[in-house]
Formats: sequence, structure tokens, C-alpha cells
Amino acid sequence: MIRIENLSRKFEVGNQIVRALDHIDLEITKGEYISIMGVSGSGKSTLLNILGLLDTPTKGDYILSGINTSEMNDDEMAHIRSTKIGFVFQSFHLIPRLTAAENIEMPMVLAGIKPKDRQEKVEIALSHVSLNDRSDHKPEQLSGGQRQRVAIARSIVMEPDVLLADEPTGNLDSTSGIEIVRLIEDLNKAGLTLIVVTHDRKLGNRSDRLIRLLDGKIINDNVK
Amino acid sequence: MRFYDLIFLALSTLIRYPLRTIMLLVATSIGVMAVILLTAVGEGARDYITGEFRDMGTNLIIVIPGKNETSGGGSPVDLAGVTPRDLTIEDAISLRKIDGVKNIAPIVIGETSAQFNGLERNVPIIGSTQSFLSVRKWEMETGMFLPGSTLERSPPVCVIGKEVEKELFGGSNAIGQWLRLGDRRCRVTGIIGTEGRAVGIDVQKLVVVPVSLATALFNRPSLFRIAVEAENRLVGDQIIKDMKKILKKRHRGKEDFTVIRQDAVMASFDNIFNVLTMALGSIASISLFVAGILIMNVMLVAVSQRQSEIGLLKAIGAKNKQINQLFITEAILLSGSGAILGLILGHSITQVLKISFPTFNFLPPLWASYVSLIVALMSGVIFGLLPARRASKLDPVIALSGNK
Repeated sequence: MIRIENLSRKFEVGNQIVRALDHIDLEITKGEYISIMGVSGSGKSTLLNILGLLDTPTKGDYILSGINTSEMNDDEMAHIRSTKIGFVFQSFHLIPRLTAAENIEMPMVLAGIKPKDRQEKVEIALSHVSLNDRSDHKPEQLSGGQRQRVAIARSIVMEPDVLLADEPTGNLDSTSGIEIVRLIEDLNKAGLTLIVVTHDRKLGNRSDRLIRLLDGKIINDNVK
Repeated sequence: MRFYDLIFLALSTLIRYPLRTIMLLVATSIGVMAVILLTAVGEGARDYITGEFRDMGTNLIIVIPGKNETSGGGSPVDLAGVTPRDLTIEDAISLRKIDGVKNIAPIVIGETSAQFNGLERNVPIIGSTQSFLSVRKWEMETGMFLPGSTLERSPPVCVIGKEVEKELFGGSNAIGQWLRLGDRRCRVTGIIGTEGRAVGIDVQKLVVVPVSLATALFNRPSLFRIAVEAENRLVGDQIIKDMKKILKKRHRGKEDFTVIRQDAVMASFDNIFNVLTMALGSIASISLFVAGILIMNVMLVAVSQRQSEIGLLKAIGAKNKQINQLFITEAILLSGSGAILGLILGHSITQVLKISFPTFNFLPPLWASYVSLIVALMSGVIFGLLPARRASKLDPVIALSGNK
């Protein structure tokens, strides 16, 4: 489903050129559960951003569901992000002035889906994360774990193919962290491709496949 | 994105930052209010001035003796013609036969003493005919104005202003009493109800007599001017042509008189005040643009404050165009509701001013409301463009990792 060929991403920092990703090849099949690990600066976040079409490679190809994304314009990439990719962030990234339900609704609002259809899907997403009774709470009225559950509900409401999670438990205590991990693992078992970026070894070891990055290169790719 | 979602999202932001929103609303509404108030003053001034002229009668053509022109340089006969011939009652009578003339009022002005029952006072006198009432659009308080066809004959009657009545007759009924004017006597037939001024004289201090009585009183056949009322505006030009022809013939071929059209004077005043009002409106519009720049400033700050939100929206599928729309909508909502607030404030304050200063008519022109609303919305769009563009061009990765 995902194929990355000879992909590089360089940044210019002052006069220096930083190779965040250096000639990477990677293939991911549908339904996989992958952890990407590495020290900070190893390029794991850059890889996730490129997988999520938030960033574009300097060189090389990223083929998603048979489409070469390097030929896409901004709007087409936005469309892919909307329909095929779900994001979960370390700091949740909920819109503070909107309720839980409205936050979950946002991707559908942007996609121009009718309000009637949206409600139904919000209900389903809320029950997936067991937050039906918190639907009209603002983020500030929710605990960290609950906020991340809202974010997960938002990420799956458009029924994407891939869920990209960037340190999903980084801002949570261990109990809510485990809850969140179980939640996204359940989604994976239901068929969603799950890619988690983390530096938490325990979390990384739970996945079926562990990819280690160092200095922009894949140094380890273990399938259990 | 659907239209109501756009509005909802923009509104939710405006509600989220109430202080910011209120400040911008105040800025915009002051701009719009200024436009309404200043144009109301300008338009009110115009109404006041043209109203003063309108009181002198519409469709009015006035003949004044004498003419400002360069003459001479030729024969001694030409030099002799420089002295203008007076306008006479006969001149006025001669104008009667012109088609389209509704009323003719020859006017004589002077001052003499008025006596009644031992009380004496100097009064300004206007000598004219019955037509004078309709030409000047005066109203009678009680009694009758001058009788008809007093152009040649002069029955000894007079009409007095309210102050003359009060001063000379005190509380007693003036109508029917004999008032002594100089060496003549006349019977008071009516009291003038109109207030204000006519040819510079306070109407309430005035005594109006038949024109022939006035010429006899002042022992002078010349008229101050002749006021001719046309049946309508259209015939004005033809009447002026005919008048000039007849009077020239009567004055031995010399055009030693000046003909003025009242509506021409009024039209030029109208124009002057239109320009003035528009100038005032434009000056006030500058404050609208200042408000627009303020909106831009605050929106630019908002873009950097809301970086992570913009990044998130992009991550969950927002197109650049949608981010753009979102910020533009916010700017338009701000400027639009500020404008509406300003319209409400502006019109309310004009109403208050109207009540406080009843003599001056504050008239906010309709176009001022439209124009200020449009200018406010336009400045919202124009000054919203830059922040919206900046927001939509944000790199989502940098935006997401920005402030949280």
C-alpha cells in the first residue's frame, strides 16, 4: 500500500544542509502495525510527516495506494489527507473553542459532508472511544486521556486507510497511555494500518514491525 | 466546506476572543458612525440652505434694475445709457401678458414710521400685490392679505407682522384698525403668520402695503425688483426670453436690468452642498480604512497565534483555499457587524441630535449608509487578504510544531 523508493529529505539550516532522511526505501502493506523509533533528530518525525503528506521529499518517490504523490499539487494532497490518512498527535491538537463532538466533526466539515450524515458518524466515532457522554464538553473540561480519545475519534471519522500517531502517549500518564495504545491497537486489528512514532521502548516493542532510524537512515527493520 | 460551517467556524473564533472582537467592532463602527454623522450634518446644512431659498418661492424669476456689464468706449450716447432706468409698476404690468406667467409681484422696499393710538415705531415696508403671498409662500395668521388687482389702484389697506401687532396694538384686536404710515393711513386687514426673513427683513417686524401705496408713500416710482412666478419650471426659459424682449423694448432697447432664476441659484447651492457632503463622507471613510488596517494587524497576530490550529486543519484535510476562506470570512464578519453596529449607532445619534437641536435638520443620506457599509466590507476583504494568504501558505509541519 505504501512504497517509498530512494527517498531523501534535506533541510537547510543556516549554511548547513541537514539530511533528515537519507535515501530510504520502505514498503508497508495494508493492516500492518509498525513502530518507528529513533533518537531525536534521527528523522522519524520527518518520515511520519512525509507519510502523512504534510511534508514533501527533496528526492525520491512516495507511492501511496499506487499513486505517486510527488506529482500531486497542494489540493490533491489535502484531499488524500482528508480521506486516506488519520493523524494522532502527542499534544492532541484539539481546537479549544469547539466541543468534543465538533472537533470530531471537523474533518467532515472540511470535506463538505452534510450535517445529517456527520452527526451519525460522530456518534459512531464517539462510541468507538467510549466518550458519548462527553460529546458537548470543551477540551479544557476533559482529561488528557479523554482528549487523546477525542483526537483518535477525529482521526478515524473519515474512515482512513492509515493512522499516523506521533508519540500518542507522550503527554499522558501510564494508565491513560495504556488505554490509548489499546484503543489504536484495536483499530489496527479491525484493519487500519497503524504507524506509531515513539521513543518509548515499551510502546515500540508492542508493534508487529519495528523500524529504527539513525541519522536519516533505516538501521533496523524487524518483523516479529 | 459548507457556507454555514464557514460562518459557524469564523463566529466561534470571534466569540472565543471577545476583547479582540469588541475592539475591532468598535473601531469599525466608529468609522461607519463618523460617515453617517458627518454626512448627516452636510446634508442637513444643504437642506437648511436650500430650504431658506425655497421659502422665497420656487419657479421664481426675479428682475433687478441695473446690469453689471462693461459699456462705453463709443459714442456719448452709449455713455449716457450707463445710468439704468428704474423698473416701474408699468414694467411689471407689461409682463402680465407673457404666456406661462402665473403671478407677478412688483416689490418696493422702504422704511417709515407707523403710529397707532399714540404709539410710534419705525417699520420696514414692503409694497407689493396679492401675488406676493403665493410667490413667497407666506401664510396668514388671521385676516386677509392684500386684496386682488392692486397693481394700479391702491386701497388704503395693510398687513402687519406679529411683532408690529404686539408692539403697536398690544392685546387689542388690530384687524380693522387704522394704522398711520408716514403721512398716509391704512386699514389693517391681516396678520402675517410666517416667521423668518424676507429680503433680509424679519417678517414679524414688517408692514406690507399695496405697491401703489408704497410708491406714493416713498414718493418714488421705482421698484426694488419684480418677482415673477412661472407656472412650472419648464416654461422658465421662454418666459425669461419674452421678459427680456418686452422690457428691452420699454427701456428703449437697453437691457439695463438683470434677470435671475431662483431655481438656478438653488441648483448651484444644491451642487455645492452635494460636493461638501461627499467630501465629509470621504473624510470619514478614511477612518474606515484605518479600522481596516487595524483588522489586518490583529488578524496577522491571530495567524501567528493560531499556527498550530492552522497546521491541524491542514493535517485533517483542509485545502489552502479553505484556510483562506476561513480568515477572510472572519474579517468580513468583523467589518460587517462593525458596520451594522456603526449604522445603528450613527442613526440613533442623529435621532438624538435631531431632538436636541430641532432647528437644524440632521439628514443622514441613504447613500451614506450603503457606501459606508460597502467600504467597511471592502476594507474587511482587502485587509483580510494578506493575513488569510499568510495563514493558507503556512507550512503545516512548522505550524503544527509551533505554539500549542
